[in-house]
Amino acid sequence: MTATVKYTKDHEWIRVEGDVAVVGISDYAQSQLGDVVFVELPEIGRTVEQGKEAAVVESVKAASEVFSPASGEVIEVNPELEADPAKVNSGAETDGWFFKIRLSNPGELDSLMDSAAYKEFVEGLH
Amino acid sequence: MRYLPLTEADRHQMLASIGVSSVDELFRDVPQAARRSGPVEGLPNFAGELEVERQLSAMAAKNVAVGSVPSFVGCGAYKHHVPATVDYMVQRGEFLTAYTPYQPEISQGTLQVLFEFQTQVALLTGMDVANASMYDGATSCAEAVMMANRLTRRKKAILSGGLHPHYRDTTTTDARFIGFEAVAMPAAPRGGEDLVSLIDADTSCVVVQNPDVFGHVRDYTDLAQMCQTKGALLIVVVTEAVSLGLLTPPGEMGADIVAAEGQSLGNALNFGGPYVGLFAVKEKYVRQMPGRLCGQTVDADGRRGFVLTLSTREQHIRREKATSNICTNAGLCALAFSIHLSLLGEEGFTKLARINHVKAVQLADRLSGVKGVEVVNETFFNEFTVTLPRAAAGVVEELAKRRILAGVPASRLFPNGKNGGQLEDHLILAATETTTESDMDALVKALSEVL
Amino acid sequence: MTMNSQGRPSTPAGADTAIPETVTGNRGLQIEEALIFEQDSPGRCGVDLPEVPATPMRLGAVKPRARVGLPGLSEPQVVRHYTRLSQKNYSIDTGLYPLGSCTMKHNPRLNEKMARLPGFADVHPLQPESTVQGALELMDALAHWLKTLTGMPAVTLAPAAGAHGEMAGMMAIRAALDHRGEAGRTRVLVPESAHGTNPATAAALGFSVDPIPAGPDGRVDLAAMTAKLGPDVAGIMLTNPNTCGLFERDIRAIADAVHGAGGYFYCDGANFNAIVGRVKPADLGIDAMHINLHKTFSTPHGGGGPGSGPVVFSEALAPFVPVPYVVHDSNGFRLVEGNGQGTAFGRMKAFHGQMGMFVRALAYILSHGADGLWQASGDAVLNANYVMARLQDTLTASFEGPCMHECLFDDRFLKGTGVTTLDIAKALIDEGFHPMTMYFPLVVHGALLIEPTETESKAGLDQFVLALKSLAVRAKEGDVAYFQGAPRLTPRRRLDETAAARKPVLRWTPAAEPALAAE
Repeated sequence: MTATVKYTKDHEWIRVEGDVAVVGISDYAQSQLGDVVFVELPEIGRTVEQGKEAAVVESVKAASEVFSPASGEVIEVNPELEADPAKVNSGAETDGWFFKIRLSNPGELDSLMDSAAYKEFVEGLH
Repeated sequence: MRYLPLTEADRHQMLASIGVSSVDELFRDVPQAARRSGPVEGLPNFAGELEVERQLSAMAAKNVAVGSVPSFVGCGAYKHHVPATVDYMVQRGEFLTAYTPYQPEISQGTLQVLFEFQTQVALLTGMDVANASMYDGATSCAEAVMMANRLTRRKKAILSGGLHPHYRDTTTTDARFIGFEAVAMPAAPRGGEDLVSLIDADTSCVVVQNPDVFGHVRDYTDLAQMCQTKGALLIVVVTEAVSLGLLTPPGEMGADIVAAEGQSLGNALNFGGPYVGLFAVKEKYVRQMPGRLCGQTVDADGRRGFVLTLSTREQHIRREKATSNICTNAGLCALAFSIHLSLLGEEGFTKLARINHVKAVQLADRLSGVKGVEVVNETFFNEFTVTLPRAAAGVVEELAKRRILAGVPASRLFPNGKNGGQLEDHLILAATETTTESDMDALVKALSEVL
Repeated sequence: MTMNSQGRPSTPAGADTAIPETVTGNRGLQIEEALIFEQDSPGRCGVDLPEVPATPMRLGAVKPRARVGLPGLSEPQVVRHYTRLSQKNYSIDTGLYPLGSCTMKHNPRLNEKMARLPGFADVHPLQPESTVQGALELMDALAHWLKTLTGMPAVTLAPAAGAHGEMAGMMAIRAALDHRGEAGRTRVLVPESAHGTNPATAAALGFSVDPIPAGPDGRVDLAAMTAKLGPDVAGIMLTNPNTCGLFERDIRAIADAVHGAGGYFYCDGANFNAIVGRVKPADLGIDAMHINLHKTFSTPHGGGGPGSGPVVFSEALAPFVPVPYVVHDSNGFRLVEGNGQGTAFGRMKAFHGQMGMFVRALAYILSHGADGLWQASGDAVLNANYVMARLQDTLTASFEGPCMHECLFDDRFLKGTGVTTLDIAKALIDEGFHPMTMYFPLVVHGALLIEPTETESKAGLDQFVLALKSLAVRAKEGDVAYFQGAPRLTPRRRLDETAAARKPVLRWTPAAEPALAAE
């Protein structure tokens, strides 16, 4: 989970696997949100845009928009999250992934932070 | 002033603690031009209880109370007998003066009531889940349409001509401002609507009422299936909650959403409000449901308790993205509904419904015998429509002078020319368990005389 | 002496202070109460109804339903059920609710008595007008008071709650703009401190919401607001006094700027209690303002409702007032239902409004009168400033005083303690108080918004201050465990809201009910 993962300033991560990319929220994000109770995922086939809302993650007291880190078409969503939204808390950057997209413009990832840069970014928030 | 505990001595001490010399100084941020030097002019000063009672009693005395005369007025609000227990329980200070149960540890009373209420509404309507109530049946209906729009991602609602015009108008107001289409069918006093042919790829829902505003009772199972095949939702409106004790409930007919008025149980007529909107849906739609929801959980000691839940749908959290802007439920009215239904139980509620129907049958039979009166309905629950030889509004006024409230002239709800209004001679009458033989005698006699 | 061997001890013996486990789970006056569905005795009924004669039914194709599934209880059981449940509730009758922006004042019982007069309670909304002149007169009297107190020429009594009133106000603004041919004005300015209903209402009506930042003094940044004005602005939604408990000093300038740009000024009247009878909102330049009868005018909260949200309107918006409304002419009082003078924006609910709340509010208003209302708002502001003065050395006030009817603190005083605003609130419950409003407004961190209202005595406020100060001190001393376990003395401890949201159980179902109670 190092070389190919990128992060956004809005605490989403994206991991490229060929021409498909997996998207989720960072471990820092889940710790700020508290217990996740529900995730609203995009429909398969939907086109998402970099920086625009693609999903919603709900805790008891808050609902947060999840913006897509890159543009593309949604090809898969995590089937486990409906029955077990707690996976977002326990495995935000592993089995708590949200959706997968086929990238339409892989160059968009260049503007995102790598693991080390994101870690520094989060430390600077305090 | 009996509601203000501070004494002059208190105020003096408090001003000293704050470090100002007068209360006026605390208002220093108010622009000079808007600061008044004393109480608003042209309004009376404070009054003791006796005086206030006299003033308000004088106003109340100018009204004819439904229980004091033969009354047959329905159309969305019904005179039922509310057992004495209900009003006493509702006035317990811990129910009456409690806030919204946002702190569940000290609100288990209110929360358990809401959980029981939600269960009762689901049982009555034959649906999977219900919310903790809405403002009234009409706003429930409008919210149901908006929920159907969200679920189907379509924007056109078809409103039956049997839907109560106030419910129709509440929905069309929202349609205009919130941005969807509400197609209102003309008034259908004798039924015969073909709603199915109107359902197309833009239709989010079809809204029907059962019994409808003219009293007709129908089985909407086929319509529910047709809606489903075309991807639209069926919304069934019920304005007389007691009917759910006798008729097949909308849930068993295949309704997707039920929007109803609960006033008939536990709540007085109150000249139109406050009432209690009921809202019930199929399980799969739960997260798109507007309004408050109470859910079961456990506390830190493992004991069962209740909390408000799924709040992230609501405006104070989602703000711009809320499912609706509703902030309140009908709290105390829902409590009254629940207490009344608890007293009635299975036996009482179903019996009450049968009594209502039988009274209406008796009334219809007696009115059929009055020269010039024709009963329109073949089916009804406790309310039906008749035609008269002349304008019903005038007849109702004349009977009012004889201290009989003869029902609702259809022209009141369907004014001339609008929505198929050739209904000036139509009169809608309701009978409930409170309607007596002598009430019916009085009506029959008076009608025979004036017609 | 003769010995009486029947004497019973009259002084408490021993030092046994442990709370015992009981067989029933009850704890003295606190009784565990099952759901009504768990107390069913088939055939039992708490109402006696006459037998129904066998009559052929007229239901056509509809079959009579088989079974509803309701439980049967007798009247004594129902009375016990609801009495026991009520005893688990905090209420205004019990004690102080320092809830900012909620105005939890005393609910007079005179209001209840008046609302239950048969001439008000037992009147049908669709009776002939000649039979309800007194009801229409009451609505007219209330309308007159609200217009005179606010200085505004028009009012609607229709909305069923505050948020519903906001809807009415913004619908009228939309209708007015459309009437002027300015459908392009779709942007609404809303302060970041606004209550969630403001942006929710605006967004629902198709407006885009443009947030205005607060300045360092907690008030709308006038320059920032003015910079956002433009030909696409429909108006501004402002709460005054604002949600930080402060009067917007620049309100006249704000109103003039918005009007100058062609927009309207909607005022959220949730905090009207600070200025009622003392300041006329018309003098501040507003176009519409909703009034919460259940806040400013003492109608009871009833565990969550019903409310009532009349809206007053300026001359500019008066033509668009929704139906129905009451008019008074030489023939008496009349209800206008159709579409008014042709410009009414429509109907908002069935029938005429929350009449039961109008009676209560008018009873309250007549009891206070103009001089009583002057005194009430003065005492409300005095109480809030007193609490602020007594607490500001221990807690961190967010803005400089004086405040209006509520005072705002944030969680800076808890920094480094490991104790949160929520923990303080839960510990306050054990001290016998409902917590203050928390985490609102969003413009400060960990907000604590305190509104005592004018119906609290000085002694009551002193006790509240004592409790809150002690808790703050205890937090600073590092007693985190105490707070995280709070409350301990309530009918239920902290409840698992996560589980409730993850796997919602929203009703009782027969047979599938798992045994959750620790028996």
